[in-house]
Amino acid sequence: MSLRTTPFHPRTGPLSEGQAWRRWAGYVVASSYELSHDREYHAIRNSAALFDVTPLYKYLVTGRDARRLLDHVVTRNVGKAKVGQVLYTPWCDNEGKQIDDGTISVLDEQTFRMTSADPTLRWLHLNASGLDVQIKDVSDTTAAVSLQGPSSRSILQLAAERDLSALKYFRLTNAKIRGIPVTISRTGYTGDLGFEVWVDAGQAVPLWDALIESGTPYGITPAGMLALDVARIEAGLLLIEVDYFSSRHALIEAQKSSPLELGLGWTVATDKERYNGQAALDAERKRGPAWQFTGLTVDWDSLEKLYADVGLPPRLPSQAWRMSVPIYDPGGHKQLGYATSGGWSPLLKRYMALAHLGSEHKAGTEVRMEVTVEHRRKQAKAVVTPLPFFNPERKKT
Amino acid sequence: MKQYDAIVIGGGHNGLVTAAYLARAGKSVLVLERRSRVGGAAVTEEIFPGFKFSMFSYVVSLLRPEIIRDLDLPRHGLHILPLESTVTPMENGDYLAAWADHDETRRELYRHSPRDAEAYDEYGRLMHFMAQAVKPILGMVPPDPTSFALGDLAGLLKLGKHFRGLGAERLHALVKLMTMSSADFLDEWFETDVLKATKSASGIIGTFLGPRSPGTAYVLLHHYMGELDGVFRAWGFAKGGTGAVSEAIASAARSFGAEIRCNAGVSKVLVKGGKATGVVLENGDELAARTVVSSLDPRRTFLQLLETSDLPSEFVQDIKRFKFRGSSGKVNIALAGLPTFTCMPDSAGGRLHRGAVSISPSLDYVERAYDDAKYGEFSRRPYMDIVFPSMIDPGMAPPGKHVMSIFVQYAPYHLNGGWTDAKREAFGDAVVNTVESFAPGFKSLILHRQVITPLDIEKITGLSEGNIFAGELALHQLFFLRPAPGWAKFATPVRGYYQAGSGTHPGGGIMGASGRLAAMRILKDGR
Repeated sequence: MSLRTTPFHPRTGPLSEGQAWRRWAGYVVASSYELSHDREYHAIRNSAALFDVTPLYKYLVTGRDARRLLDHVVTRNVGKAKVGQVLYTPWCDNEGKQIDDGTISVLDEQTFRMTSADPTLRWLHLNASGLDVQIKDVSDTTAAVSLQGPSSRSILQLAAERDLSALKYFRLTNAKIRGIPVTISRTGYTGDLGFEVWVDAGQAVPLWDALIESGTPYGITPAGMLALDVARIEAGLLLIEVDYFSSRHALIEAQKSSPLELGLGWTVATDKERYNGQAALDAERKRGPAWQFTGLTVDWDSLEKLYADVGLPPRLPSQAWRMSVPIYDPGGHKQLGYATSGGWSPLLKRYMALAHLGSEHKAGTEVRMEVTVEHRRKQAKAVVTPLPFFNPERKKT
Repeated sequence: MKQYDAIVIGGGHNGLVTAAYLARAGKSVLVLERRSRVGGAAVTEEIFPGFKFSMFSYVVSLLRPEIIRDLDLPRHGLHILPLESTVTPMENGDYLAAWADHDETRRELYRHSPRDAEAYDEYGRLMHFMAQAVKPILGMVPPDPTSFALGDLAGLLKLGKHFRGLGAERLHALVKLMTMSSADFLDEWFETDVLKATKSASGIIGTFLGPRSPGTAYVLLHHYMGELDGVFRAWGFAKGGTGAVSEAIASAARSFGAEIRCNAGVSKVLVKGGKATGVVLENGDELAARTVVSSLDPRRTFLQLLETSDLPSEFVQDIKRFKFRGSSGKVNIALAGLPTFTCMPDSAGGRLHRGAVSISPSLDYVERAYDDAKYGEFSRRPYMDIVFPSMIDPGMAPPGKHVMSIFVQYAPYHLNGGWTDAKREAFGDAVVNTVESFAPGFKSLILHRQVITPLDIEKITGLSEGNIFAGELALHQLFFLRPAPGWAKFATPVRGYYQAGSGTHPGGGIMGASGRLAAMRILKDGR
């Protein structure tokens, strides 16, 4: 018994120099292809990085009531979405606590593709009773790559032999790459200019080859999850089971979060009919969420001093970390919240973290983050920083 | 007439850093740049259509991370990409490589010498400690050991304590580093000649010295400072070339309200009653300022922009003695494709081209290159540091095509008979022929070549004698002696006139430290 490989594995397998793989939704994907993920990270911000994102769960929702079903399940207003639009959206239980987050692509009036981090088939079926809708799990039959970075558009234009400059942020289009029918959406998980290409699993390898060939003069670089993790923190994008727990997996109430507490207030529609969690979310919005999800910038001088005190140069995490780290008030005694992801930004030369803090701690507030220096618990100064840390103009232009 | 809080002469990266910090502190700041673009020696120019070159300075050595953060440079377009490997082709067709991955580098060294593979780690550890010992000094305004001012005494005390804290073994190593030649110092550690040659090369860059000249060992350490940054990776290649660094700093300075004027060369600094009051432009316009900052090299700062009568005579003598002696040139090449090096024939488009290629096959080779220069000739077979910027940032050349940057040493400023167009081309030929000997077929890929001599560097950037560090990075010209004893703290004998260029402490490379420290000093002086 072994984990499954994705349809791109005949190409990604031989690229792995260090056999560093990680699990994602029952598949194995590369942590990094090269021994260190450095170059893969820089490709995201400098040229173009190619990620295999096939493990995402994917559902095709079709039928007369497809739109109604999705509108009922998620917090964004699917009713108003236009054909060719992609919505990023969370979805909640009836108490307004977040179950998962993903995207909904409006392929035509009655055809939608939903992606999720967790299996969602049962949840969709539970919500579909009495509706004229078909839900098909296409997770295994649809492969996907994500091409992210400033050169991504040039590469895709060359591969698809068409102009993509009119394809706006969070819109999609059908295209052909070397005769292979694909859907190209201007989406991604890096906060940069980028696209995702959706293809029938049987055509995955020729698609990969075509992209590599078109992309080589532009510095296309296959990249793994370690590089992606740094970029998504810079972009302030949250990750399920790391930055929040699905309300369906949480064991106690305190482990759950609402989209309003996760900085996703903008995805919670105020202009639509009944949907899961509506009443709870309306009430929470009225009284104001108790928590916020925000960025922290660890103060360099403070960190440097903690290390200098023991005679060391500052040590920085070489990979993004995923764990719970206490955040304290400037006095260092009262705990104000906790960070859930963090790492060094090679681009910004900043030590960043994503944290859950009480809503009252506004941007610019000074706090303390726990750091372990030579086996001892210390606290470094940190400043509450609005997300995202990095938001280049090219993302949307 | 409008009076600025500060006028900064020279829009090189240090001048821009000073301007940005002053503007950030709320001062009204004007930067005056003689050329039509900012950057000084850190400029990117499209010399050949579609091909962009970091014309002079080509790697970002040690740009201080705090400058990147303080000025929010990534928002202004700065992205420093790692330059990870170095491959040295050898004359016997073999090579020596240092890769990003430690295990891989160790295995590679083991192939040449199992002993050196072990010594390499120990050496790295020692240099790490040494760099750590010296590093705080880089961020410190250098105290003057002859002064009894409270600040200097406190600084010296701190420094003394710092050195005592090193322990005997490291103090000895530091003394050796300060006095030995890089060849001798490396001989104590390694037996592989090509390894010593490649390491020693970093001890001679920007100096008019050879690997066997005493004092060069210290410059080796300078190189390690970047490696000390390890994970911070301030050492690398700027996306868009080094001009992008200048542009990002300029953009940051403007965002804080600084005004930047190009095509505005300064001919004189106005001094009234021992105090700087403004500047006169080459076109005769006069501009007034409470503070004038020169980011030009010490010779221009003092001997060209001021009347010597404005300065104490010993000081004038010190500045006259300050050595420049430009010793390096640059060849920028547009390529139709990547050259194949004999030593690594199957690496076409691969790893070799993504890092540096060092033409330093043996210590004798590098020393011989110096021998030519010592007697006033350019090296017939020079030491070269080659990078292919388009392999790191594909935007530097049209898709599929490449740019190649060759740093060349030695090319003496004072060439026998002087530099002429014919000599420049002969120098270019020597460079190209030497590369061809390691990468046959290279010549046929050349679409365009630009050869830059130290004289060209001086003419275009204004750097005296074409010295890339605005004054030789030799021990006797560093720290509290840079640029002159008693005047290493950014102030000058003229009140209200400050210096901020690479010719001041700590100097050298696209570091920005001089510019930042100068701004701090100016602000501290309450100006």
